[in-house]
Amino acid sequence: MTSLPSHTDKKLGLVIDLDTCVGCHACVIACKGWNTENYGAPLADTDAYGAKPEGSFLNRVHSYEVQPETGAAQLVHFPKSCLHCDDAPCVTVCPTGASYKRVEDGIVLVNETDCIGCGLCAWACPYGAREMDPVEQVMKKCTLCVDRIYNENIPEVDRQPACVRTCPAGARHFGDLADPNSAVSQLVAERGGMDLMPEQGTKPVNKYLPPRPKDEVPEFDVLGPYLEPVAETGTGFVAWLDKTLSALPGGAK
Amino acid sequence: MPKDQPDLDLSPKVSDEIRKTTCYMCACRCGIDVHMKDGPDGKKQVAYIEGNRDHPVNQGVLCAKGSAGIMQHNSPARLRKPLRRTGPRGSGEFEEISWEEALQTATDWLKPIRETDPKKLAFFTGRDQSQSFTGLWAQSYGTPNYAAHGGFCSVNMAAAGIYTMGGAFWEFGQPDWDHTKLFMLFGVAEDHDSNPIKMGIGKIKARGAKMIGVNPIRTGYNAVADDWVGIRPGSDGLFILSLIHCLFKAGKLDLSYLAQFTNASVLVDEDPKSEDRGLFLRDADGQPQVIDRRTGHLAPWNGEGVEPDLAATYRHKGVTHRPVFHLMADKYLSDEYAPETVAPLCGLTPQRIHQIAAELARVAFEQEIRLDRPWTDFRGKRHEQMIGRPVSMHAMRGISAHSNGFQTCRALHVLQIILGTVEVPGGMRFKPPYPKPATAHPKPHSGVRPGEPLDGPHLGYPQGPADLCLDDAGDPVRIDKAFSWENPLSAHGMMHMVISNAHAGTPYKIDTLFMYMANMAWNSSMNTTGVTQMLTDTDANGDYVIPHIIYSDSYSSEMVAYADLILPDTTYLERHDCISLLDRPICEADAVADAIRWPVVEPDRDVRGFQSVLCELGARLDLPAFVNADGGQKYADYADYITHHIRRPGIGPLAGWRTGEKGLQHGRGEPNEAQIDQYIKNGGFWIEHVPEDCAYYKPFNTAYQDWAVKMGFYDVEQPYIFQLYVEPLRRFQAAAEGIGHRQPPEHLRERLKRVMDPLPIWYAPLEDGYADPTEFPLHALTQRPMAMYHSWGSQNAWLRQIHGVNPLFLPTKVWEANGFKPGDWAQVTSAHGAITVPVAHQASLNPDTVWTWNAIGKRKGAWALSKDAPEATKGFLLNHLIHELLPGGDDGLRYANSDPITGQAAWFDLRVKIEKTPPPDEVKPSLPSQTSPVGQGPKTLTWKIGK
Repeated sequence: MTSLPSHTDKKLGLVIDLDTCVGCHACVIACKGWNTENYGAPLADTDAYGAKPEGSFLNRVHSYEVQPETGAAQLVHFPKSCLHCDDAPCVTVCPTGASYKRVEDGIVLVNETDCIGCGLCAWACPYGAREMDPVEQVMKKCTLCVDRIYNENIPEVDRQPACVRTCPAGARHFGDLADPNSAVSQLVAERGGMDLMPEQGTKPVNKYLPPRPKDEVPEFDVLGPYLEPVAETGTGFVAWLDKTLSALPGGAK
Repeated sequence: MPKDQPDLDLSPKVSDEIRKTTCYMCACRCGIDVHMKDGPDGKKQVAYIEGNRDHPVNQGVLCAKGSAGIMQHNSPARLRKPLRRTGPRGSGEFEEISWEEALQTATDWLKPIRETDPKKLAFFTGRDQSQSFTGLWAQSYGTPNYAAHGGFCSVNMAAAGIYTMGGAFWEFGQPDWDHTKLFMLFGVAEDHDSNPIKMGIGKIKARGAKMIGVNPIRTGYNAVADDWVGIRPGSDGLFILSLIHCLFKAGKLDLSYLAQFTNASVLVDEDPKSEDRGLFLRDADGQPQVIDRRTGHLAPWNGEGVEPDLAATYRHKGVTHRPVFHLMADKYLSDEYAPETVAPLCGLTPQRIHQIAAELARVAFEQEIRLDRPWTDFRGKRHEQMIGRPVSMHAMRGISAHSNGFQTCRALHVLQIILGTVEVPGGMRFKPPYPKPATAHPKPHSGVRPGEPLDGPHLGYPQGPADLCLDDAGDPVRIDKAFSWENPLSAHGMMHMVISNAHAGTPYKIDTLFMYMANMAWNSSMNTTGVTQMLTDTDANGDYVIPHIIYSDSYSSEMVAYADLILPDTTYLERHDCISLLDRPICEADAVADAIRWPVVEPDRDVRGFQSVLCELGARLDLPAFVNADGGQKYADYADYITHHIRRPGIGPLAGWRTGEKGLQHGRGEPNEAQIDQYIKNGGFWIEHVPEDCAYYKPFNTAYQDWAVKMGFYDVEQPYIFQLYVEPLRRFQAAAEGIGHRQPPEHLRERLKRVMDPLPIWYAPLEDGYADPTEFPLHALTQRPMAMYHSWGSQNAWLRQIHGVNPLFLPTKVWEANGFKPGDWAQVTSAHGAITVPVAHQASLNPDTVWTWNAIGKRKGAWALSKDAPEATKGFLLNHLIHELLPGGDDGLRYANSDPITGQAAWFDLRVKIEKTPPPDEVKPSLPSQTSPVGQGPKTLTWKIGK
């Protein structure tokens, strides 16, 4: 059993905007690319060109259909990775101490040299956010790009997770959710950011911004004033046109 | 830190070097930072790819395809060496040969036919990003048979845009993302401005601006749209014309903009006895006439200080001639376009159409933007402000890939123009070197002389029947029958008809089919099985009907197996390229820009960039553009061409860092030996910002026109007005009415009269006239996934884990009526054929539409995949259901399954029926396996370059 820190100075995490995510998978592959080349063992792929390709990914995008009581069905794209929970059950379940939550910033990591690949943490995680690497047989999970966000070898502007840097729609935001004045905390406050499955009691750090209401009937009357007819026929239209043009500045012929 | 928390290296070295080049994982052309690390052999290898922050297209972001480029670069499907076919065509059996043998073989085939009859070569180049180069090669060779893939892609959008307003979307123009308040998106192929659209949606969402999605399928961009209009496929034009109807009826039109900047005020000859009826009234200089409000008299449209009158008519010799605007009012006020009339055909409610029209009117006229930027128009009138109507639109393939697509795209452009939203703040903005009207483009050329170059560029914009590519008998000169009466304005050619016509020998037989980067034996052809039979068919002597096929590709695609000679291309990280202003550049509305690719790694195989191969082949064939005066090879390779080619005085493929009298300069200038190095130093691209006073109103803005000439986009200022009424269409219509010397064949007269309307119209997709809508009640579409580019993605170990299978998605109505359950299969039948495929349910879908992902299905043996790969056993193509010809009508003639105006392949006209079927072992049809010329990919990947 591994203990969680009683307190972390920061709570680094992601704010993911479900109103803006177009489901393009850019974050999925940027993550795969960075974390294959960097932290720990490469994210392997088995049967890569065969019948059942299976690779480890730290971030995946799911899509869910929503059928409102009235109106058209909707589709929500839902990117999912480790939520770096305050009460992370994946850490406390770890028999070797390989799973841990960093004191400095709250990032949950796996120390691969201590991981025995028992898979208990993946069972404990209610979000399914951990994946066993099919070759190395160590547990893989989102590192919040801990090897980018403090990295002095890359420009300051790039010191953010690969998924955030690459997101074309700007649907992913990174910051300190312990600081109420941070941009991410403000965004959560403005847009009603939500915990994923709060009933699990994991206190996730990552937040999701809900989709805005869709297909709303406009508040104005569609036929007036905007579509009030000025003419029904070509002749009537020309009469209206003459009158309107004459009324314009310099309109008198 | 607790004692069990390990000490991490938080600043690991990311790479040894960053090399900046241009992505080619789709057509979007983003800038990429390729991180290089020393591999085990000490050579630099690609370790990681991310977006280039300085690049105008993607500004640092990158899509899934772009980030997966490393897996494409290392794909097991890469070709390794030139190949000569040893087994029968289609088998995939080859032997490796040297480049010398390969080039000699190609020369032996191509030289004799150039000397006798150059049109025996058909050279078509697929998803080519070097068309100004390949076009030059084909022109120098002398064959009229050249084009790239635009004819089966989105030529309707491009041509409708050029004829109407001097450009369309994507590489021509984009919404003013920073100012727009209402964005309306019609169906797009995802790569037709991939990252910029996502970035733009992000911007407008962050501002709280509104987005309306018009698409039968609610996925991707449409999933995040605030309003979804789940329209019935093929009816977009009717919906748009109904919006125009509502706006005319309510007078919600930008009259000032229409009068000054469009031909709404130009007078039309309405003398029923005149041969010029329907054409513009012109003065002695040939300039279209308007009534000048200052005088009430006729004046040229572009006269100094002229104030064109939208309302006034001109009475002459007992005939009243009216301006275009009157004709539009007559047409669009008709109840034919009333929401109540069109709504059922569009699968919408009348209320929905009213609502959207009102929304457009509200934002355009109540939320006007005024920028304090004085500017002067081409009539010399000074405007104190730039006025914007912040409604913007974008559309591409969804509305264009129908047989009514050209007129639908025209309607969309006209809708934007009547709202006054084109080239204004908050609206749609052109990207340099556009705008450029149809009259500033070349006309098509097809003058063939043995042993000589063609008499001019192949492709262009006809202004009337005189510009068609016809022989003395009135028959098509081109093998694809582009620019013929059947498809007069086929500005991008008709690649999808080449194999079919060459096989049938209409209009003639060819000797050599030479193709580049187009998977015509699979997902890029209609009637895939039929096309593969045409490629393998033999004549009475046992010889192939198409005698020689040369193909160049980087990868082991399905088409490779059908060629006799393979010229293996490099990957995009191993090559030089230029994304040129002469072609389809990477400009943004605020900037002119072009870019290069360069070999960030050298190939580890015996492969060569296709363009470099053409430089050598051109010299071996003595093509004038590719040999020096002494007969020697003019360009050593493509990089040499990029640096030294001169297209017009001072204008070459790249506009940055040219040599001027006082040192380096941009735009015009002489070649600079170090130009490519300058591009590399600058991150792979060149950019210059559009001056602020040139930013909007570009076609009419004298400051922009002057700047455009200075930069070399064109050689003289060429202001113009938007063509709501397209006179060239009227010229074809008039010919069909019997006017003029060049007359269409009788069987096409009625069709031409109907479709070549100079004002946008709607007609039902042509397939509806053949495939009984009752028997085939469903529309069938494909979409290109955001994480996959046509057939390329399946060889990519990462991307195929996202899109490895493609069920046919069925709407709730169809799902329930047939009692489908998850895991079920269905037989899908069209008027042409049947397929058996897996199905899945999707509620967020037009109730009369089924769809699937494009080009996930693969043929066994192709792309270095195993034969039991899901792409080959469960993946499928709708192409089997679509014929390149429409079924025969009463006249017994079969027409191309294309837009009758432009020849655009009508992929999305497809109608089908669905029947539940017991699950088979695999999809049907299942074509025999091909032998893989590259073997099969490795079992396991653990990719890591660094330690």
